[in-house]
Amino acid sequence: MTAAVEVIGLVKRYPKRPDNAVDGISFAVGRGEIFGLLGPNGAGKTTTIGVLTTRVKATSGTATVGGIDVRAHPVAARARLAVVPQRVNLDRSLTARQNLVFHAAYHGVPVAERNRRADAVLEQFGLADRAKDKVDFYSGGMGQRLLIARAMMHAPEVLFLDEPSTGLDPAARLFVWDRIREMRQNGVTIVLTTHDMDEAATLADRVGIMDHGTVLALDTPEALTRSLPGSTTLDLTVAYAGGDTAEAIVEELSSVAGVEQVERVTTAPDSPAGGTAARELRVRLYLTGEAAALIAPVTQLLLARGARVTGISLGEPSLEDVFISLTGRDLR
Amino acid sequence: MTAGIAVDAGPEAAARSGDTAGALRAFVALLWRDVFVTGRELVAFLAQVILQPLFLLFVFGKVLGDLGYTQGNFEQVLLPGVIAFTAFLTALQNVAFPLVIDFSYTKEIEDRLMAPLPTWLVAVEKIVFATLRALIAAVLMFPLGYWVLGEVSITWSAVPAVAMFLVLGSLVGAALGLTLGTLVTASKINLVFAIVLTPLLFTGSTQFPWVALDDLRWFQVICAFNPLTYVSEGMRAEMLPSLEHIPVWVSAAALLCFLALFLAVGVKGFLRRAID
Repeated sequence: MTAAVEVIGLVKRYPKRPDNAVDGISFAVGRGEIFGLLGPNGAGKTTTIGVLTTRVKATSGTATVGGIDVRAHPVAARARLAVVPQRVNLDRSLTARQNLVFHAAYHGVPVAERNRRADAVLEQFGLADRAKDKVDFYSGGMGQRLLIARAMMHAPEVLFLDEPSTGLDPAARLFVWDRIREMRQNGVTIVLTTHDMDEAATLADRVGIMDHGTVLALDTPEALTRSLPGSTTLDLTVAYAGGDTAEAIVEELSSVAGVEQVERVTTAPDSPAGGTAARELRVRLYLTGEAAALIAPVTQLLLARGARVTGISLGEPSLEDVFISLTGRDLR
Repeated sequence: MTAGIAVDAGPEAAARSGDTAGALRAFVALLWRDVFVTGRELVAFLAQVILQPLFLLFVFGKVLGDLGYTQGNFEQVLLPGVIAFTAFLTALQNVAFPLVIDFSYTKEIEDRLMAPLPTWLVAVEKIVFATLRALIAAVLMFPLGYWVLGEVSITWSAVPAVAMFLVLGSLVGAALGLTLGTLVTASKINLVFAIVLTPLLFTGSTQFPWVALDDLRWFQVICAFNPLTYVSEGMRAEMLPSLEHIPVWVSAAALLCFLALFLAVGVKGFLRRAID
């Protein structure tokens, strides 16, 4: 079986720029998969989408969509793909429904079929009651929904979404995510770019992390975070006995197998001095393995020296941590 | 691996055979979209294309003539020029303005660029549609000319040649519009159109026969570089054959050369703006 999207050694250098915007990347997206390209602005995500959607000419490398080489056969590729751009580019001379119908007409969908599809997607995207409005009067969120609806009008095999939820409120974002999952269920392959960790983690089956034109890591969100050593954490609040010291406890915790590092978390400055608070310790343990497995040994060890665990919380690493460990900097 | 290659060849081969029919359908759909939108804005369209030539004709042809400031049949010298100007500029503006706005600001054209047809055909559609609009505007100038001036000098036998010059003139105007529309950015549009349109209007031999400029040689040379001159002269040669004019074949050949030049530069510019 061929991949829905395949990129091999793709390079794009814009004229008069010293660096490659996309620097020899390779990846493949399976049919019916939701694939996320995650990275900061300027990482090369949009350029990659641009090449795959025939709007950017690659400098070298291969890119196929639905088995079609987009560089050799851009027209055939366009029939198989759809794109939802970052910016609303609806036809403002037309109504919402006409935007859909004309888009389908450009793609050769027969008249009866395009009318049927337009009504169906307007319903699906919650725009049926505003179908006859000029898109000039549409809000940003409605425009974004109509863009996705329009992309579905010619029944593409692969849908490219460039930062689909940028600028949407939380409810609209969830709505868009649901529609994207719905399309996947209908067999559409989805490739999306995002700089939003949540979006990549919750929506994508696999994520490619991009920076400076290269793909640094590519796997399922779970595997990516699992691969990160020392990123699972165990936060403890400990009340210790009169004769004990915080330093001694930290030292003993450091010697527990599976604990990489112990960090004292300073108590909030406004916490009352004296009493029990004076004998309270907050620590974060950085672990090499599962956090849950260390709860029992740590609690027993503390009980043995007369200390009590009064608070506990497990920290799983996020894609953001993966990104920081790969690039050494924050995503935004 | 062999199986993989066989599967790969399937969609590619199918794609190539379906390309041409699909491209033709897409082209017709793009054209229909433009006609549809124009149909809904008919009054605005008519006001846009008719008012300027109508006033030009009225003041220079009718008012000045009635007041005795022009002599003989000046209004009949003016009319072919005004019709030529209407066709040429309507076509030019109908390509250039929307393109500048589309490429620089609204990006509305992107959905059409993603249609399954070669990108250069999107540019050709713009030219074809602008030519249609220009021809409608130019044809309307005949009854309006009759209404304002009380007379239109033309014979039935001249109609095919007049039509040919109107089509050629509109095409050259549209191709020049494509060139300007893809070269100019939105921030410079006012400046460029002031620099280009006004000289184009007054050096296009619309208000005077080019041959009569013999005594004003430098101006005659300048006018020879304006493609509109050859539309005006071609129209005048057919509508007022008795008046001295540039030979018809020279005008037609000049227009074909301008068309080839502006098409080449314009389509190249269009591709540059459409594909990074």
